[in-house]
Amino acid sequence: MTERVDVWREHGLTENEYDLIVGLMKREPNYDELALFGVMWSEHCSYKNSRAQLRKFPVKGPQVIQGPGENAGVVSLGDGLGAAFKMESHNHPSAIEPFQGAATGVGGIIRDIFAMGARPVASLNSLRFGRLDSGRVRHLLRGVTAGIAHYGNCMGIPTVGGEVYFHPSYQGNPLVNAMCVGLVDENKIFKGAAAGVGNIVMVVGARTGRDGIKGASFASEELNDDDPDKRPNVQVGDPFMEKLLLEATLEILEGGLAVGLQDLGAAGLTSSASEMAGRAGNGLYIDIDKVPLREEGLLPWEIMLSESQERMLLVAEPAKVGAITAIFEKWDLTAAAIGEVTGDGHFTVRRGSKVLASVPAGLLTDKAPVNIRPLAEPAYFREKKKADLSPAVNYGDWTGLLKKLLGSPNLCSRRWVYEQYDHMVGLNTVIRPGGDAAVLRLPDSGKGLALACDCNSRYVFLDPWRGGAIAVAEAARNVACVGARPLALTNCLNFGNPENPEIYWQFVQATDGLAAAALRLGAPVTGGNVSFYNEYNGQAVYPTPTIGMVGLLENIEDRLTSGFKKTDDLVMLVGESGEDLGASEVHFLLTGRDEGPVPYLDLDRAARLNDFLTEAARARLLNSAHDCAEGGLAVTLCESAFAGGLGAALKWAGDISAAAAFFGESQSRVVVSFSPDRAARVEELAKKHDLPFTALGRVGGRKISLNYNGEMIEAGLDELFGPWENNLAEAVQLP
Amino acid sequence: MKTAVIVFPGSNCDRDCGRGWAAVTGREAEFVWHKESSIDDYDVVILPGGFSFGDYLRCGAIARFSPVMAEVVRLAGRGSLIIGICNGFQILTEARLLPGALLRNKGLTYICRDIHLKVENNQTAFTSAYAAGQVIRMPIGHGEGGFTISPRGLEELRGQNRIVFRYCRADGATDEAAAPNGSLDNIAGIVSDRGNVLGMMPHPERLAEPILGGDDGKGVFESIFRAAAEKLGGGK
Repeated sequence: MTERVDVWREHGLTENEYDLIVGLMKREPNYDELALFGVMWSEHCSYKNSRAQLRKFPVKGPQVIQGPGENAGVVSLGDGLGAAFKMESHNHPSAIEPFQGAATGVGGIIRDIFAMGARPVASLNSLRFGRLDSGRVRHLLRGVTAGIAHYGNCMGIPTVGGEVYFHPSYQGNPLVNAMCVGLVDENKIFKGAAAGVGNIVMVVGARTGRDGIKGASFASEELNDDDPDKRPNVQVGDPFMEKLLLEATLEILEGGLAVGLQDLGAAGLTSSASEMAGRAGNGLYIDIDKVPLREEGLLPWEIMLSESQERMLLVAEPAKVGAITAIFEKWDLTAAAIGEVTGDGHFTVRRGSKVLASVPAGLLTDKAPVNIRPLAEPAYFREKKKADLSPAVNYGDWTGLLKKLLGSPNLCSRRWVYEQYDHMVGLNTVIRPGGDAAVLRLPDSGKGLALACDCNSRYVFLDPWRGGAIAVAEAARNVACVGARPLALTNCLNFGNPENPEIYWQFVQATDGLAAAALRLGAPVTGGNVSFYNEYNGQAVYPTPTIGMVGLLENIEDRLTSGFKKTDDLVMLVGESGEDLGASEVHFLLTGRDEGPVPYLDLDRAARLNDFLTEAARARLLNSAHDCAEGGLAVTLCESAFAGGLGAALKWAGDISAAAAFFGESQSRVVVSFSPDRAARVEELAKKHDLPFTALGRVGGRKISLNYNGEMIEAGLDELFGPWENNLAEAVQLP
Repeated sequence: MKTAVIVFPGSNCDRDCGRGWAAVTGREAEFVWHKESSIDDYDVVILPGGFSFGDYLRCGAIARFSPVMAEVVRLAGRGSLIIGICNGFQILTEARLLPGALLRNKGLTYICRDIHLKVENNQTAFTSAYAAGQVIRMPIGHGEGGFTISPRGLEELRGQNRIVFRYCRADGATDEAAAPNGSLDNIAGIVSDRGNVLGMMPHPERLAEPILGGDDGKGVFESIFRAAAEKLGGGK
């Protein structure tokens, strides 16, 4: 029995799991079969540690055409048009090899979208790195940004939005979450099912090599110092190949030539083929001798687990194979018939006539154990609620503090990043990166599609439930700030090792909060991705449930942007400000500490604020709207001033500290500006939605002048703009 | 009037060019696959932006060997109006329909943003809709857009008034810093000696409708349309 130990360990399985497999198969699996279980039962493929929690998410709504479980979710945009969208992580590959890791992350999520029959129209990303003063972090930032640009730009899919955060918790384990959105005719949505016994299974696109073998298992382990050795686990991307694959695939779908389609992602042929069989309730065999290879001598399990990029698995009726092959030839791509759909329910791997592995497909895709992990509230949760927030309160030099904040890594302009992304190709980008949400015009309908990503992981760390809810609320508010109604969301749940009860507690709490907010704000979850084991040398990243929100503007001419528009427009804060310096960017800036109570979130008010914004946009009452987030009201006002090239003279009073009035991060607040003749109607609308508001003053001039209870911030726009605009670009230039 | 947009594998502004052309002129362009070795006598040919053949080699270096390029050369010879935008410009220099070459941006990163252009020559088939010296706004989106040419070549371009667009500041100043990519003499677009082939790095199709943030790019398509129509109307 001593040999037995190696048998499961090599494949990343536990002894219990091995015994379960033997029980389910009613025999000992052979080596190749065990390799299949190893990847399919990995966290990355099976979601064994998260599945039970993901069931909490609201997934239904009249707008939802396709919920979780397919390559991507789909929501209806009306007029027979659907938006397919999903977000996915590529964290570990990006930590090892940032350029290719990020590039292939983009490539993978794009394939998920066109596998649904949708033409990708936009990408977004959410990036998190350690401290910008570290050379390695700058190397990662440059590599990841360039990798995303390389892939997305070449594909001709505009990268229209996203977020970048810097925090020590991501020092060794950056997060790279990529989101893609595509448009699809509601009646032509494609599914990844291997339907029709006797149909042919084809692998199309690139040839299969040794790259990325066991990437799924790699993604399910923590990172360590010896990880440069894992470079062979990272795939290499070829966006040109993917561009051809995209065009060829859409041509095939347009011609109605395929029955089912699936991206070859993590765990390669194994995962895609068994999932396609599983969804259709069929079996399927693959003859590995027929798989086009890039190099000689690949072992059977290497062929089955290779994560070579730019490949798709396609199922077609035998009579259509010729036509499909012709289209791929036109695009100079390989297409090979490698197997057949069978009626026996088994996923079978053959080499010629020799059967190497044969496992009921359902065992691989659905029978991985669903773990309910033990959880424990970490001690820090209560301890960190108490914090001395006086450093901000007593600071005094508010203008100086504002300048520091504007130039700080988390608040300064992301222009250096998004200018490397082609964000205009496609001629649909109506609101470009840099605002609250990007807006794309939709064909023929006069409607607009609003897209945003969001998560403040400091909030999630300090209060996972509330932080999870805030991530949803802010993403929804971002979309509402451009005048759109939030429709649905995708998420990428980045956490540490779930076997640690405190991490699992974070996960359960954060997903509870996320679910509650998604339900209340009417934005069901249509899919997403879980990424555990984000740890470096035993240190977990901050829990980071990134939200990707999709919203709809019924009339794109109603859209709002964040910049001030006209001199003498009135500026108003909608929402209520409290003494919310806890968990704030300003407190972190001054002390280097994350502590204090996370700002309270009233989900009902958040929902009403979204309604206010969409109604105000529709009635054309506002000239600008901007979400009040990290850095508080003063930073928000500066951003509106920068975007519009206009200053403001504002004066108001209240009973909170000046620090909290300027830099506090109370939730559900928006800064709007409007023509004075609209004032009565704006106030009336705010009252109708039971929203408190504060008149702040007027737009105008070339300086920012804020007077709160006689405490002042006063500076010329140019003086404030410089550090905000240039600091990131300058910091990145260092070696 | 017959207009073609050439589609190379890896072209990704092909649809955009067709859409921009249609939005401005009200006419549909035809899409022509790069493998075509015999094409109609198109009056206007657009070589779109993108990453032809992935641009893994020098940009445009492989595309120039596509079968369709012999036809583009033929049409250039018969006086059709040929415009290469971004990757299309790179392909035109590789095909020697235009002189010079495009180098990696001076900052070594891809840049996507609006820039200002000065219309240095409005007496061309591509710029007649603009005023001489007019400052217009147009997006760029490229990693290799730094124009370069031999000193003699530069003298020739200047002497023959073939520099059509130069990068400038909002006020029209064309100092070196106004070129986002390090282009020699701030060159953003040039024409052939006969004046019927234009290459430019900025994307006129990306700002040809107000909803996209401006329509300064419209003038390029308007000019081409007008020039081609005059030629047709003038008869042979």
